[in-house]
Amino acid sequence: MSKIDTAEVERIAKLARIGITHDEATAMAMELDQIVGFVEQLQDVDIKSVEPTDQVTGLVDVWREDTVKPSMDRELLLRNVPNRRDGYIVVKRVMNG
Amino acid sequence: MVDLKRPIAELAAEVRSGKLTAVELVQASLDRIAATHEFHAVLETSPVALERAAEIDRLVAGGADMGPLAGIPFIAKDNFLTHNTHTTAASHILEPFQAPYQAVAIERLEAAGAIMVAKANLDAFAHGSSTENSDFGPTKNPANPDYVPGGSSGGSAAAVALGQACFAIGTDTGGSIRLPASFCGVVGLKPTYGLVPRTGVVAMASSTDVIGPLANSVGDAARILDVLAGADPSDSTSINREPDGYVVPASNVAGLKIGLISEYMGEGLDLGIKASVEAMVRQLEAAGATVEPASLPATELALAAYYVIVPAEVSSNLARYDGVKYGYSSPQATNLEETYRLSREEGFGAEAKRRILIGTYVLSSGYYDAYYKRAQKVRTKLIGEFNDAFAKYDILIGPTAPTPAFKLGANAQDPLAMYLNDVMTVAVNLVGVAAISIPLGAGNQDLPYGFQLIAPQRAERKLLGVSQTVEALIGDWRA
Repeated sequence: MSKIDTAEVERIAKLARIGITHDEATAMAMELDQIVGFVEQLQDVDIKSVEPTDQVTGLVDVWREDTVKPSMDRELLLRNVPNRRDGYIVVKRVMNG
Repeated sequence: MVDLKRPIAELAAEVRSGKLTAVELVQASLDRIAATHEFHAVLETSPVALERAAEIDRLVAGGADMGPLAGIPFIAKDNFLTHNTHTTAASHILEPFQAPYQAVAIERLEAAGAIMVAKANLDAFAHGSSTENSDFGPTKNPANPDYVPGGSSGGSAAAVALGQACFAIGTDTGGSIRLPASFCGVVGLKPTYGLVPRTGVVAMASSTDVIGPLANSVGDAARILDVLAGADPSDSTSINREPDGYVVPASNVAGLKIGLISEYMGEGLDLGIKASVEAMVRQLEAAGATVEPASLPATELALAAYYVIVPAEVSSNLARYDGVKYGYSSPQATNLEETYRLSREEGFGAEAKRRILIGTYVLSSGYYDAYYKRAQKVRTKLIGEFNDAFAKYDILIGPTAPTPAFKLGANAQDPLAMYLNDVMTVAVNLVGVAAISIPLGAGNQDLPYGFQLIAPQRAERKLLGVSQTVEALIGDWRA
């Protein structure tokens, strides 16, 4: 069952906010189609009465006290920001125009 | 010249008694890294390692107890956040990144007296089984530089095999400690999910990622786990350590019930590996254990479920690389949307993109139930199969991988073929149990391969006790 074509890769890449050229999308479509083809065997399993698992050690709702603690050094945290000014993170404009 | 492959307990005892200095150990490690740099196991050495070693020596001279790993040099996979070096996850998108805090695992090792000397290469973001996906070039197998070291902790495994440090730490999301341990001929331990807190490790797939040691012996791995294990309030998925710790004696295997996983012994298994595993089974029987075939019918489905669940979690975890907060930011962008799109296009390598795209696909509207939810239900089935097996057997065994290391480039054009290397390791991660790979032998081109032992969740003491006996039965695996 072939599902992933170039247009589908371009659609997913847009959702994932990854720029991709048409040629790259075509090459990626073949690889992804093969991988999705492999995981397709999941469709044949009888899982009607099975609950999904997302946590394997059985921990639920791990709480902690809401206490004030010293936080990390502000300058250290901001050191890696690609573009900053006066203690703020600078981003490119949000709207075109 | 100090032999860094000697048992950690001996070396640390000599540092504590002043017979050996931490400076000698760290200098030996740095020298060895320089002498074997062509294997590209290491991305960056720590500029403060020698300084820290001198400080430890001073404190020892002053009568301080520097801990169970006093003066022991180690190497951390470059997805651990560390002071004084970059933390790149071997990805261009994190190339400029310098961590504002250290991983809990690193803090614990340092508190026990260990000294981080270098950061190890990996498949970028730990995505891969060969270390060929590193954006900074592959690591080469110490047994033969034409072959891969396995992955994704390939740099860590190669570093230990090369004697560049006394041990390394890595992460195992679907086999990323055990597979390179198998390919490089070292011990690789994947603890129970949550036993080692993950705060400060670059996240890949949060429901399966674990931290563990790569070491020269099971005894060394146990000592390192003993330092790493235990809950930390900063990681709400972490679990408590065993009160008596993990430094355990070798256990008598007489009367032990062992299941040999049938699905790992079938078609596609290298004949040399098969023969070695079968010989090991006979040795265990001769030592008084009962070994029977144990079936995990969902083994192949586990790989399919893994390659849905993990990309889904990868796509979520890698959403944070946006070109705004840290890491690479494209200079070409003219608006915010382009900052995201171009930074991620230019910063991520092919495999990271592949996994983000698969993950986005399986989570996208209309496909969630068919893929992600279904995979999580298959995971439940798999847990049931492991529970049934552990109701009958104390330990499960089998090979770690279907083949020894393959040649560099052999699977590079075929992502799916690369994924199939993980068929014997991923189920353990989906179920959250503990497992270890121990060097069992070497075949063609002297390439090593490993023996895998699997124990229930939180049964590390049993696993490490039996593994030491197995290690003794194997003896010199190069012979």
